[in-house]
Amino acid sequence: MTTTARTDVLIIGGGMAGAWAAIAATQAGASVTLVEKGYCGTSGVTASAGPGHWWVPPDPPRARQEVVGARLRAGQGLGDGAWMHHILDLTWRTLPTLAPEYRFPTTDDGVINYRAVRGPEYMRALRARLDAVGVRVLDHHPALELLAWPDGSIAGARGIRRQFGDSGWEIHAGAVVLAAGGTAFLSGLLGSRNNTGDGYLMAAEAGADLSGMEFTAAFTIAPARSNMTRTMSYSFATYYDVDGQELDSPAYGPAQTRFLARALQKGPVLCSLHRLPDDIKARLHLISPNVPLVFDRWGIDAFRDRFEITLHTDGTIRGLGGVKTVGDDCETAVPGLYAAGDNAAREHVAGAISGGGNVNSAWALSSGLLAGRAGAARSLGLGARSGRLVGLGRVGLRPSASARAVDLASVQAAMRREMQDFDRALFRSADGLEASRRTLDAAWEEVAVHAQGDAQGDALKAREAAALLATARWSVASALARQESRGMHLRVDAAEARDDFSQRLLSGGLDDVWTRWEKPATRTQQAAAEVVS
Amino acid sequence: MISLLLTDRCTACNVCVRICPANVFDAHPQGPPDIARPGDCQTCFHCELYCQADALYVAPECDQAVEVEAGAVLAGGTVGQYRRHSGWHEWAGTYPNEQWLMETVFRRAGEAAGKRDLPMVGTEGKMRTQQA
Repeated sequence: MTTTARTDVLIIGGGMAGAWAAIAATQAGASVTLVEKGYCGTSGVTASAGPGHWWVPPDPPRARQEVVGARLRAGQGLGDGAWMHHILDLTWRTLPTLAPEYRFPTTDDGVINYRAVRGPEYMRALRARLDAVGVRVLDHHPALELLAWPDGSIAGARGIRRQFGDSGWEIHAGAVVLAAGGTAFLSGLLGSRNNTGDGYLMAAEAGADLSGMEFTAAFTIAPARSNMTRTMSYSFATYYDVDGQELDSPAYGPAQTRFLARALQKGPVLCSLHRLPDDIKARLHLISPNVPLVFDRWGIDAFRDRFEITLHTDGTIRGLGGVKTVGDDCETAVPGLYAAGDNAAREHVAGAISGGGNVNSAWALSSGLLAGRAGAARSLGLGARSGRLVGLGRVGLRPSASARAVDLASVQAAMRREMQDFDRALFRSADGLEASRRTLDAAWEEVAVHAQGDAQGDALKAREAAALLATARWSVASALARQESRGMHLRVDAAEARDDFSQRLLSGGLDDVWTRWEKPATRTQQAAAEVVS
Repeated sequence: MISLLLTDRCTACNVCVRICPANVFDAHPQGPPDIARPGDCQTCFHCELYCQADALYVAPECDQAVEVEAGAVLAGGTVGQYRRHSGWHEWAGTYPNEQWLMETVFRRAGEAAGKRDLPMVGTEGKMRTQQA
């Protein structure tokens, strides 16, 4: 049985971007419904982490100019300074407004700290605000597909109520904000299980473009066999090989990631945190209370013993790729469809390097506000409309040939191998990427031709598999097309950055994946380039 | 992965059923919930944080189920630790939130590594400062 409802603005996803979008849309006078696959408060990567927002006071003005300037330089041509200033400003003005629900702590110096929040408390506070301002929050209501009018503009979404016998829901809205997060391709990134790229797939099915999908090559340390991808303590880590030989690792950053990945290809890597300063050791459980859980439960003294580590891919989460937004209000190319947070592409605010943590958090907050506000304005300005709505979902819901059982677990395992393997996903080359492409295309075809999730429980799993495969295919195609190294995207067969690639790379397509440069070179430019060379 | 539900502690409030992002639990008409889908657990420990009865235990292994014995787990003293150190519920005020120290740790690490000119932004290393 399907329940049907109407709202001005529908938000898909209840992490920090979706929550801020819901708050902004409500403030703009709209009725708001937020649907979340899990529980709005614990679901998504913010809830398990400690997001520090990009945070620079407006005074002196030079401070922001310096920070933005440094980010533009590091971003290797893909950043947009005006956007960076905009999200710094929105974050600075907005985050403290959560004070009634979040107890912002006072530091040892007696200053209130706003920028660094703890994930569980932050999401609990945002949930409390949503409940207080009258947002209708529907937990355990995963969305399966968007609904559109015959002209292609977005009219709502449809999904299942997974705690009510997988019965259905259908919600009609004048605007839909996709805030379903990015994806870490089912790696061990903490808190990322629900982040399967659903919002990317739904946007592509509606006709929106993706951007920056090649920037998915960030990896994060965790104790082996765990998903505790919280890196602070590792800033003082010492690494060893199995023979106890200390490794001469770079101190931090992408260079360290690449060093450790190479070391892990040779064998187990052990870690010691003995160099962490004593005062921090004593307060670690108050900084990040979940970090000691792993060590304490395994009987490891993290400050004396050596323990094995691993690297989990961050995919698009500490990467940058997502749905391309156009204009100033986070609308996509599809009327009525908006994208926020990791669901949206972020090269303009992060550049070609990871926006992990600070920039991505400021973007999630800011894009949520912008999308929620714009969605409310659009919806409230629409007249009554009638007509037949079309469900836009295809793969995993409506097979192109005879439906039959598809082994989704092995499809997902194949996807995961391609996206986690260092030689495929981190140290990229045309040969490795082509091999990934073949594997992923075969898996996609199997799901597209035969998988039919029905109302009896596997619709969500089939759609998650479709979204993961679609995202992985856009990522691989984009990494192939960007035949250079830039920021976090490393091509071992094309180590230098190319001037003509100093721009965004768009991608999309379902059965036939495509990529294209945002500003294709004109004939004149090409001729000029040939003359110069 | 979720390993134990201590039925003698559980008050059947079903908060875990409601807040588990992976929908691991099923409410039961009488008594404690069932751990119906342990394989879906994402090892985020949120159920422990929200459980005021300290009736849940999540093992750190994220990819495989591990057999644990209730007596040994309780003797280990880590049941309820996450909720206590987070200062939730009755622990409010006892264990302060010192998340703000994170950025000073990264700064000191940069200094220790001889990177006194660590820029405010511009390296992934510094960006990780505010995330983890």
